[in-house]
Amino acid sequence: MSKDNAVQPFEPKVVAYCCTYCAYTAGDLAGSMRLEYAPNVRVVKILCTGKVDAILLLRAFEDGADAVYVAGCAIGDCHFLEGNLRAIQTVAYTKKRLAEIGLEPERLEFFHVPASDGPGFADAANEMTRRAKTLGPNPLRKSITQAAGRKLAKESDEHPPLPEAVLGKLIHHSERTTVG
Amino acid sequence: MIVAERKPLEQVEAMIDGFERILVVGCGTCVAVCMAGGEKEVELFAAELRMKGKLDGKQRTIDEITITRQCDMEYLEQLAKYVDDYDAIVSTACGAGVQFLAERYDEKLVLPALNTRFIGVAEGAGVWSQRCMACSDCVLDQTGGICPMTICAKNLLNGPCGGTDHGKCEVDGEKDCAWTLIYRKLEKIGRLDTMRKIQPPKDYSLMTTPGKYTHEAFKETQAEDEE
Repeated sequence: MSKDNAVQPFEPKVVAYCCTYCAYTAGDLAGSMRLEYAPNVRVVKILCTGKVDAILLLRAFEDGADAVYVAGCAIGDCHFLEGNLRAIQTVAYTKKRLAEIGLEPERLEFFHVPASDGPGFADAANEMTRRAKTLGPNPLRKSITQAAGRKLAKESDEHPPLPEAVLGKLIHHSERTTVG
Repeated sequence: MIVAERKPLEQVEAMIDGFERILVVGCGTCVAVCMAGGEKEVELFAAELRMKGKLDGKQRTIDEITITRQCDMEYLEQLAKYVDDYDAIVSTACGAGVQFLAERYDEKLVLPALNTRFIGVAEGAGVWSQRCMACSDCVLDQTGGICPMTICAKNLLNGPCGGTDHGKCEVDGEKDCAWTLIYRKLEKIGRLDTMRKIQPPKDYSLMTTPGKYTHEAFKETQAEDEE
């Protein structure tokens, strides 16, 4: 088996978070245009790239993705006005976190892919696959199954019971106010 | 709100070096709002530590939990059933939270993951600025709601120093001169005469640390408890 592996070239796994209005539609268009692009890309459709959080991107790498990218609308074209601007910030921030950990920040990128840009979608997919091939496999991939910790269950906070009224009944504030 | 920022990853890495089981405890109050140590930040931070550990070939477990507050014993109590399993606890609370956590579980090593900055306000998305230095003797009634103790680099209480430069401070040209701000505000609300009053010397003894305060309503019960 190891011999087989040795002859097989490295085929990276690339995760693409695509906004439903622009990049995902561009992906559809790329298909309609019969464009050929790297088959390594796994597309995750999201409502808006503004939804993308640093932890979402980091989790993909933790689970062994070789490259991850976020594809959203062109500047000024976001369906939710500024979702793509937030995603640009998030991606830049996450790149710094990756560098801090010791993974190459180039494994992560943001692309503007307008809905009409089928070739742009293919270019982004090819570019990230090329980068992953140059950088080699994600070093975390070999330790995916190694348990390293989890989130502990938190019980809901206990609230003390309301005090029993000793002198008369408790009056709601609205009952106190007199009208007129 | 207390504003804090996360320490660099390598600094925390150095603290936890050699430990195998680590619990990261988040705080869901002030530091959650300033995006430094709430549930979301703990999730990101713990994931980073896990990935870093794996990349460095370490066999270690990083678990995470975020409680409502670390400055109240009731909430710290929730950790009781977990802490025994860990070699070290990393707290993403402000300095007060870290200390209270260390006090409650005094047989455990508790490490800080944040640098506590100040009491401040959110100026915009992701930007905070200091507004109060807890001087224990508020003068905001005299100064149009602008704190000369905090905003003025020299904590001056009776007008600006000679270093005021077209509304900016001589200590840092980027910062506003507190007394220019105060003058403009008092002018706007027609209370410039309050500036003529001489503020008596500040009682700095009130700021002696560590401060302690008991609410009036609890003073008697406190005394009874002590008896």
